[in-house]
This record gives sequence, C-alpha cells and structure tokens, in this order.
Amino acid sequence: MKVGLFIPCYINQLYPQVGIATLELLEKLGVDVIYPSNQTCCGQPLGNSGYEDDAKGACQVFVENFKEYDYIVGPSGSCIYHVKKHFDILEQTPDVIKVRNNAYELCEFITKVLGIKDVGAKFPHKVGLHKSCHGLRGLKLGSCSEKMEPHYSTEEDLLNNVEGVKLMPLNRKDECCGFGGTFSVFEEAISVKMGKDRIQDHLDNGVEVLTGADHSCLMHLEGLLNRNKQPIKVMHIAEILNSSI
Amino acid sequence: MSHSEKAAIFNKDEAKVNWHDKALWFVREKRDTSAHKVKGWEELRNLASGIKANVLSNLDNYLIEFEANAQKNGIKVHWASNAEEHNKIVHKILAKHKAKKVVKSKSMLTEECHLNPYLENEGIEVIDTDLGERIVQLAKEPPSHIVLPAIHKTKEEVDELFQEHLGTTPSNGNPEYLTNEARKHLRDKFLKADAAITGVNFAVAETGGFVVCTNEGNADMGSHLAKVHIACMGIEKIIPKEEHLGVFLRLLARSSTGQPITTYSSHFNKPAEGREMHIVIVDNGRTEQLSREEFRSSLSCIRCGACMNTCPIYRRSGGHSYDATIPGPIGSILSPGMDMKKHSSLPFASTLCGSCSNVCPVKINIHEQLYAWRQVIVKEQKQPIIKKSILKITGAVLARPTLYSFMGKSVRFMLKYAPKFMIYSKLNAWGKARDLPEVKNGNFDQWYKNREKNG
Repeated sequence: MKVGLFIPCYINQLYPQVGIATLELLEKLGVDVIYPSNQTCCGQPLGNSGYEDDAKGACQVFVENFKEYDYIVGPSGSCIYHVKKHFDILEQTPDVIKVRNNAYELCEFITKVLGIKDVGAKFPHKVGLHKSCHGLRGLKLGSCSEKMEPHYSTEEDLLNNVEGVKLMPLNRKDECCGFGGTFSVFEEAISVKMGKDRIQDHLDNGVEVLTGADHSCLMHLEGLLNRNKQPIKVMHIAEILNSSI
Repeated sequence: MSHSEKAAIFNKDEAKVNWHDKALWFVREKRDTSAHKVKGWEELRNLASGIKANVLSNLDNYLIEFEANAQKNGIKVHWASNAEEHNKIVHKILAKHKAKKVVKSKSMLTEECHLNPYLENEGIEVIDTDLGERIVQLAKEPPSHIVLPAIHKTKEEVDELFQEHLGTTPSNGNPEYLTNEARKHLRDKFLKADAAITGVNFAVAETGGFVVCTNEGNADMGSHLAKVHIACMGIEKIIPKEEHLGVFLRLLARSSTGQPITTYSSHFNKPAEGREMHIVIVDNGRTEQLSREEFRSSLSCIRCGACMNTCPIYRRSGGHSYDATIPGPIGSILSPGMDMKKHSSLPFASTLCGSCSNVCPVKINIHEQLYAWRQVIVKEQKQPIIKKSILKITGAVLARPTLYSFMGKSVRFMLKYAPKFMIYSKLNAWGKARDLPEVKNGNFDQWYKNREKNG
C-alpha cells in the first residue's frame, strides 16, 4: 500500500508540527508514507470565493503529485472534501477520478482503511472536540445533529481509545466555528462572534484542550483564544493521537 | 450596503445578538425533538423532495390541471407574470367590490410584490393579521424572518409600539396583556373588513383546492367574515394530489417551530354561497429560476424557515441584514435570481457549513447552491479590484510549486519579522479580534527534506 501524504498549504507554512505528527502517527501504525514535494494547495480558498476557474492550475498540480498513490491522506477534512467534491471542474481523466476516490481525511483513513480505533496513545486531559463542518456534513465523519440517524463519530472513536482522554460534552455539539475560509475576513464581525460563542461552549464545559481534524477551524479559534488570553490549549487531533506522555 | 456591513452594525449590540441567537436556537432544538419523534423522518424528506422535483418538471401541466379544477369549483383564477400585474389584479378585484378595508394573513409573495404600499396608495387600508406581521407593520419594518416576522423585537419594544399605536398602558412587556390587546384590536379589523387576502401553502392540482397554514386562525377569521377572499400564490406552490398533503403537513410545522402540525391547516375548495373566491397565480421570476439547472430546486421551498433557525450566520446577523424578502440561506439562493446586482453579497454570507441543507424538509442542497452562485456572481458582477487581484494572483501562484515555495517563505518571513503595527493594521481584518498564528522556524517542507537527508 503506497500512501501519499498531503499536507495542506497553511499547515505546511504555519503548523509544521501538525504535519510532523501526522507523518509520525501513520508511520507508527506501520504505513509506508511518502511526502511528494511540489505540493501547493487544493484550491479551496479560490473555489469558496467564487474563483473556481482560477483554481484549476492548483487542482492539476494536486493530481500530478498524487496520481501514483493508492491512498492520499491529509490532516484536514476541509481540503480533502474539496478534492473529492469540487475537483469536478477538471476533465475527469482516470487520474483525476483515482485521486478523488482515494483521498482520505486522516481519522477516516485510520479507522476505515487501516481498521484501527486504538492507536495506543496517552493524553491525560479534558478534551473538547470541534467537529469541522466539511468533515462532518461533507465527508460524513460523524452523525449530524440535524439528521435523524444513529450516533457515530470517527474522531470520537479514536479519542475515546486514547488513554487518559476525557471527552467533554458540548451544549451545541456541531455548530460551525465561523472560520469559513475567506468568510473569516470578508464577514469579520460574524466570523469572530461565531468563534467566540464556540469557545464559550468549550469553556463552560471545562475543556482544557480543544482539538479537531481541521486545523483551519482551530487556527481561527486559537487566534481568538490567544487574543482574549483564555485558558484553553489548541491541538490538532493528530498531535493527540501521536502523544505518548 | 452589503450583508457583512449590515451584520457588523447588528453585532454592535452583543447582548441583543446573544438573545437573537438563543431565541432561534431554541426553535431549532424544538424542531430536532419533534422530528426525532417521527419514525422515518429522513424517508419523509426524501418523499417530499421527490414530489417537489416531479412538480417542477411538470409544472405547466399541473398548473393547468389546477386551474381547470379550481374553476369547476367556482373559484376565479388569475395569472400574473410579475409583481406589478399581481398588484393590479388584486386591486381590480377590490375595486369591483368597492373594498376599502382589507385584512391579510401572512403571505411572503405579497411582501415580494410590495402589495401593501400599492394598495395603500390606492386608498385601501391593509391590515396584516398575523401578530408578528402586525407588529412589524406598526413599526414600518419588513419582516425579519418568514415564520417569526418580529423575532428581532423584544417584548419591551413591542410594549412601546403598542402604547404608541394601539393606546395600551405600559406593561413592562407583559406578553399576555399585549397579546390580548392585539386580539381586541384585530377582532375589530376582522369584523369591519370588506375583503380578505391570504397566502397559499399548498395548491392541490387534483382538486383545485388550496391549504393555508396558520397558528393564529387569522386566515380563517379573515376569509370567513369577508365577502371576498383573494388567495395569492407563486407558481411553485402546486402539489399533484391531496394525499401528498400528508407528507408536507407532517414536515412543515415540525421543521418550522417543532409543533406536530400548525394549529390551523385550513382547506379551501370553493366559495360559500353569495361569496367570491379568487386565486392569483404569480410567476415574478420563477420560470427564470426554473430554467437555471443548478438553482431550480430552490423552488421546492415550502417556507418553513428551518434553514434560518439553524443558520449560525442568520442567528447572529438578524434577518434585516439580508435586505431581501426572504432572508437567510434559502433567501440567499433565491434572491440573486431576482436581482443579482442588489443581492450579490448574499451567497457569500455563509461558511458553507451545510446545516441548512440538513434541516431542509424538501432536501434543497442550499449550501451547494450558495457555492454555485458565488461562481456565477464573480463572473457576472463587478468585483472589488483588490479582492479580485489577490485571488487571481493566488491562483497563479498555487499552480506553480516553485513560485509557491518562494511566496510561502516570504509570507512567513513577513509574519515573523514585520513590526506588529504593520501586521495588525486596518487592512488586516483577521487581526482585528484575532491573533495571527505564531510562525515556527521552518515549514514542513524543510523539516521533511532535512529528515530525508539525515536518513
């Protein structure tokens, strides 16, 4: 099984520790991972802003980078969702179809493809899980509060098996954090208010570490937490799953 | 003003935003509880979505069938291609009966056509009889929500409004007192009305009858007392058969407010002896929306308002920020089809979280249509030059890995070494209330290269 590691642009540039944790975690689980150089971005910021056509070049680069791999795994539900959902703007060659079908969000890859729920991690903290909308409602990583369906959650399955983790329940279990890509700057007031409200929910429920499978949501929430000096630490789920403290 | 500008103003009063958010979230939770009690809820949504898709594909035939059956029952049917024609038709009927006082139950279509100002201009008094609508009418404001038109007003604000217009005594916003006063005020209007106007929730092609849903019985009160009843409907309100009401009536109120059914689901089939019943069927841009393949299913909407209640942006920006007849997510995919220039900011008033599509009882893929409208708007409407340039250049950079690598390093260098006053400036909307990420030494690329080198 040949796995290509997809590190989204903002993680590469701003959160290398998330990329490192992802790679180390996959290697610990016995996966043969290669990180193709020349990665840029999945094109999502352009598509979400209405400039999908200008993203075609970035999408092509993505396909070129990953067409050789059996699986493409990345620590970001939102980017993976974009590849699966919005690469329909490219001509649907066998390469494009293969890349779209085989792109996996990290947690989903671990539970579904590897069939592992206990990664053998230890993390003795009260954890709040932020379910990113694209991971949840897009990739269906879990059941949605709007739907009348049995409860399931890919991230919860993994976190519940981490020794010491205490998952804290939230009042609104899957409300959007307000990041929304360029929404965060073009609708600044609402974006900030949504983020503050999400954080308050975690604070009200005694969360020490806020985590999730999408670091873009976490970047927005961490920006607010730091500005307001609030006592919650932010970590990507890969960092928790890679911990052995 | 764009949605974001109006929403920023609404957000200056954070306590009110919190109240608005909580009030609507409460309704969303009631909807969840109520829907959970229906076995096969998701299947019911599938059915409703399928019936509506069938309607939209055969709309011409169903409309003709409906007209023929309605006429057989003695209802007079009128066709209006736009808002102006609609208003003229309604006025003509009222003029024929020398009607000077009209009571109207809730109808978003008449809001869309601006019927009230039109009739008032002709010297006719129009009283909105839905309590929420009456409140906003007295305040000279448009509704801010399609089911809860005055949800942006606190009970204290209603108290003041009633003191001014209905001569009530100050009650500190006592809901029981205020409702009773409104009831007395409206009773009088009902009794003196010459004609009643209602909306239509469902028009049944098979029978030529129609159903109006209210919680206050105001549609019935109006139409039973007045000698003329005019019902106004958009062409998309058709359903094929009476049995399909069983699907839609189960979904509508549960999605809307969490009630198992609206208090009144009134079936109108023919005029009573000596009375007249009219139906005005309105297009007003709907066939054009029908012709847009990506957006046609927006016409399946049954106006439950669930997408508004669940939308985290709507809850925190208030309905008036949308500056459209139908606010919220569904409005943001309908309105650009009516006037793309005026409503070009609406499809961007979303994080594309998808909650709207999940609650929609007829399964409209609202968030996907928001995404699709963005692509259309950027091409067809003039865009701010800075935003456009940044995104175009970004596209070019992302297509070139070497250039991207250079740019990535430069940006990180800037973030790390540029003085704070340059980074946290007016130009940086991110930094107004949020810190920027702390820049680490090196990116993942460099770390990986080093690791490979060192084996």
